[in-house]
Amino acid sequence: MSDHQNNGDSRVETFDARSPSRRRFLKSMGASGLAAATAPAWAQIAQASQQQQNAPVEPQDDGAPAEGEQQIQLTVNGVEHTLNVKPNAVLLDVLRDRLMLTGTKKGCDQGQCGACTLLVNDTAINSCLSLAVSHDGDSVTTIEGLSNGDELHPVQAAFWEHDAYQCGYCTSGQIMSAVAILNDDNIGSDDASVREAMSGNICRCGAYKNILAAVQDARGKMEGAS
Amino acid sequence: MRKLIQFGSLPSATATAAVPGHDSAIGHVTGQAAYIDDLPGPKGMHHLAVGLSPHSSARVLHMDLSEVRRQPGVIDVITAADIPGHNEVGAVYPGDPLLAEKEVRYAGQMVFAVVADTLYNARCAVAHARIDYHLQTPALDPAASIRAGLTVLPEHIHERPLPAPALDRGAAMSDDTQTSGNVDKALQRAPHVLEGEQFIGGQEHFYLEGQIAQAEALDDNGLRVLTSSQHPSEVQKLVAEVLAMPLHAIVAEVRRMGGGFGGKESQAAALGAMAALAVHRNGCAVRFRLPRADDMQATGKRHPFHNRYRVGFDDTGRLTGADITLIGNCGHSPDLSEGVVDRAMFHADNAYYLGDARVTGHRAMTHTASNTAFRGFGGPQGMMPIEGAMDDIARTLGLDPLDVRKRNLYDEAHCETHYGQHIDQPLIGELIETLEASSDYRTRRREITAFNAKSPVIRKGLALTPVKFGISFTARHLNQAGALLMIYTDGSVLINHGGTEMGQGLHTKVCQVVAKELGIAHHRVRISATRTDKVPNTSPTAASSGADLNAMAARNAAITLRERLVDFAAGWRGLPREQLTLEADGLSAGETRIEWSELIQQAYLGRVSLSATGHYATPEIYYDRKTGRGRPFFYYAWGAAVSEVHMDTLTGEYRVARVDILHDVGDSLNPAIDRGQIEGGFVQGMGWLTTEELRWDAEGHLLTTGPATYKIPACGDAPRDFRVALLEGHPNSQATIYRSKAVGEPPLMLAISVWSALRDAIASLADDHTSPRLDTPATPERVLMACRAIREAHAHDAPSTRKEMTHALSEK
Repeated sequence: MSDHQNNGDSRVETFDARSPSRRRFLKSMGASGLAAATAPAWAQIAQASQQQQNAPVEPQDDGAPAEGEQQIQLTVNGVEHTLNVKPNAVLLDVLRDRLMLTGTKKGCDQGQCGACTLLVNDTAINSCLSLAVSHDGDSVTTIEGLSNGDELHPVQAAFWEHDAYQCGYCTSGQIMSAVAILNDDNIGSDDASVREAMSGNICRCGAYKNILAAVQDARGKMEGAS
Repeated sequence: MRKLIQFGSLPSATATAAVPGHDSAIGHVTGQAAYIDDLPGPKGMHHLAVGLSPHSSARVLHMDLSEVRRQPGVIDVITAADIPGHNEVGAVYPGDPLLAEKEVRYAGQMVFAVVADTLYNARCAVAHARIDYHLQTPALDPAASIRAGLTVLPEHIHERPLPAPALDRGAAMSDDTQTSGNVDKALQRAPHVLEGEQFIGGQEHFYLEGQIAQAEALDDNGLRVLTSSQHPSEVQKLVAEVLAMPLHAIVAEVRRMGGGFGGKESQAAALGAMAALAVHRNGCAVRFRLPRADDMQATGKRHPFHNRYRVGFDDTGRLTGADITLIGNCGHSPDLSEGVVDRAMFHADNAYYLGDARVTGHRAMTHTASNTAFRGFGGPQGMMPIEGAMDDIARTLGLDPLDVRKRNLYDEAHCETHYGQHIDQPLIGELIETLEASSDYRTRRREITAFNAKSPVIRKGLALTPVKFGISFTARHLNQAGALLMIYTDGSVLINHGGTEMGQGLHTKVCQVVAKELGIAHHRVRISATRTDKVPNTSPTAASSGADLNAMAARNAAITLRERLVDFAAGWRGLPREQLTLEADGLSAGETRIEWSELIQQAYLGRVSLSATGHYATPEIYYDRKTGRGRPFFYYAWGAAVSEVHMDTLTGEYRVARVDILHDVGDSLNPAIDRGQIEGGFVQGMGWLTTEELRWDAEGHLLTTGPATYKIPACGDAPRDFRVALLEGHPNSQATIYRSKAVGEPPLMLAISVWSALRDAIASLADDHTSPRLDTPATPERVLMACRAIREAHAHDAPSTRKEMTHALSEK
């Protein structure tokens, strides 16, 4: 196993970033991979995601803002951050570049494809079109904040079970939209309503049939859980 | 290594699901499967941005980039003059400079590059360039280009029967006149002759992960490029040529792509080469990601086609001859257009025996981005004329289009294509019979006819169209693959192969094959990034051939190791070799059983090599371009779809109400993956033919540069009622990997049934006797215009419908 440590912070892991605990989870489902670290370039992301896995992103405190920056308080996946950002900094970029939460993707960068969908105070938004300074005091949930430790969120589990992805690039956005839809009483539970509500997220691979099945299946799981 | 790993420190092999899930399943649903832009990047990494040509055709008079250099954070500005090797990233033929030199040939062409500390600074600096251009008149109409002799490559002809003197096609290729063979006679003698013309639009790939590459220096003057490419070996080669370095100094690596669809077959190389050049000059690591709007302008798309057809047929609708002309709009350079137009020609027959036939392919040059591979690779565009003709013939003779189609299908008696390939497994007749029954085609046809008779505004349309798709690269040498298989002393297995993963499930299929050959549980097999330093000289993951080629190479490697292990075990335990099998995670010999991990450790101690390469080359294929004949394809994949549309004839809006698909994948390697490919391919094909409209202005600027103006099917656009089935009980007649068939591209063309159903609905406005012209994409606007045109024409012929029109309008 390749969990050897360097300087305490350079943990090399397999590039698909399955933490030991995740691996146990997978093993029980029969889908695990065995480690043989041969891809140093991809190990870097594993290192980053291991940190996310074992402990949520460390709270950041930038101190006093420099000239031309504005200070905002942002609670991301339950962790409070004090960040100094430029007024034109986009929420998506702040999450990806400052907090290294790269699960949220940049697809079109013009608010049309839905890859950057995340929840702000439980409402789904396109984070590529939203300025970070307009979210001072807000609570943000990204794909990284959905699962409870080893336990996948019912929507994540349903996407997995239904193969509701192909290339995977739109998946985090699809899942975040689905979470918002399933928690929104104004959106009907029938297939037509879900299709319409999910139409802000493009899946270029066209896995819509499985996405719809996953969302409807997750509905049952969430109702069963509550 | 002095001490072997202890048994039991690894998971035991109890979990043996028949078919494993996606290799990155958990990564995708937790957001941890990383794409290049998600990597933290090496320390001191810089970012690259490019300046694009604002003009489609111009000479570069003067370039002043001094202001760009002075912008904050900028460390380097690169022009064509700074390239140490070749300024060329053309995939097959030259014509694609990495950076424009003396002229620009399309709006969006890369002209110079900026390297800066942040992406923001790099992109801001680009705006400070001052470049003087001398504008020239661009060529933008492909048909006009052909008339003016503007091509990227010469035309090419398939003809049956061969005209007497024409065994040497050289003369015909340079000479633009076609020899008149029996095709013309067949058309003269035919009881009926029909002509048609159609414009088939292109398509933007819109891989959700845009084009990106990241390069960094290795020690000893090496260079590593992380690339989002379907063809890492080509990235490696082109980087080497641009930098004038040997191939062994460059490593190109692909873990996964956020979609490719052909758009990253040749187009990704420029980004890899650009990033590598910046690293070469500056030493620091460099990441280059194109913003979406730039990506859509700078990179090529699916070829738009202008098609013309003349078909002769008898009173039953059976074809006696066909003369089909295909003009592919290749953009400014050859890129992959030779193969794309070839494949369009190879599919001009789709699933039908054409009789005497002539198919001519033209490769028009226009001053637009160089059009490139896109799922189907010209095949879809090539099938459109004959599918249009089938509907036209039916309406001329007053038959159901399905009956005309069935009358012309390849069968045991008519099984030679117009390029001379024998079809040994013409499954299409049986497949269509099955689908016709399961989709309830005849009943629905009657219901729709009755509905349309009473419904002046809303009209329904129904169509069943087949697909025959040839599997193999038409460039013979690309039909090979390599794999590297390694077994470690704990019994874990690592496979690498030349194919790349872009969501199509290739890695999952390859792991399955390795596990099966070694008789071990899926979880023991791991796959890692595709790297040119593990498996060299690979082919692009394209032409639907990924699993056919790479899974075979992996299988060959696994067989080598299996034989070695069995040989070793026979000697070690003194067992009869012929009784030994690898199964259920170990070696069995009658009563004797040796666990996999123990076998591997003993083999290691016995000094048995536990790694092997595998190679595969598709047998039997050849094609002679001179005569336009041969066996370019190892086999064909078949399928058919029935689509029903509901259309508002006063607005042109429509919905795809129901789709039934029956598709042939031989013996499926992984039915879940294959069904996903079929559904996804259909939706993507539907987008191509219905909503995805590329628009350029009169000067050749692309106007549709994002999904706000370019409409990609969303969840709500997918068919409401979508029934997909795999054809059972027909293993591939050719010895492919476990008798499976390729599935990446063929299903895209099933969507032609949507277009055909739209024409069916429109034709109902003229009592199904007139065939409307409906260019693609058949946007609501085009559908509305077609409705108006057919109503106006019909009103002249049959005054009775005028009443219906008035009635319809008043109802609205």
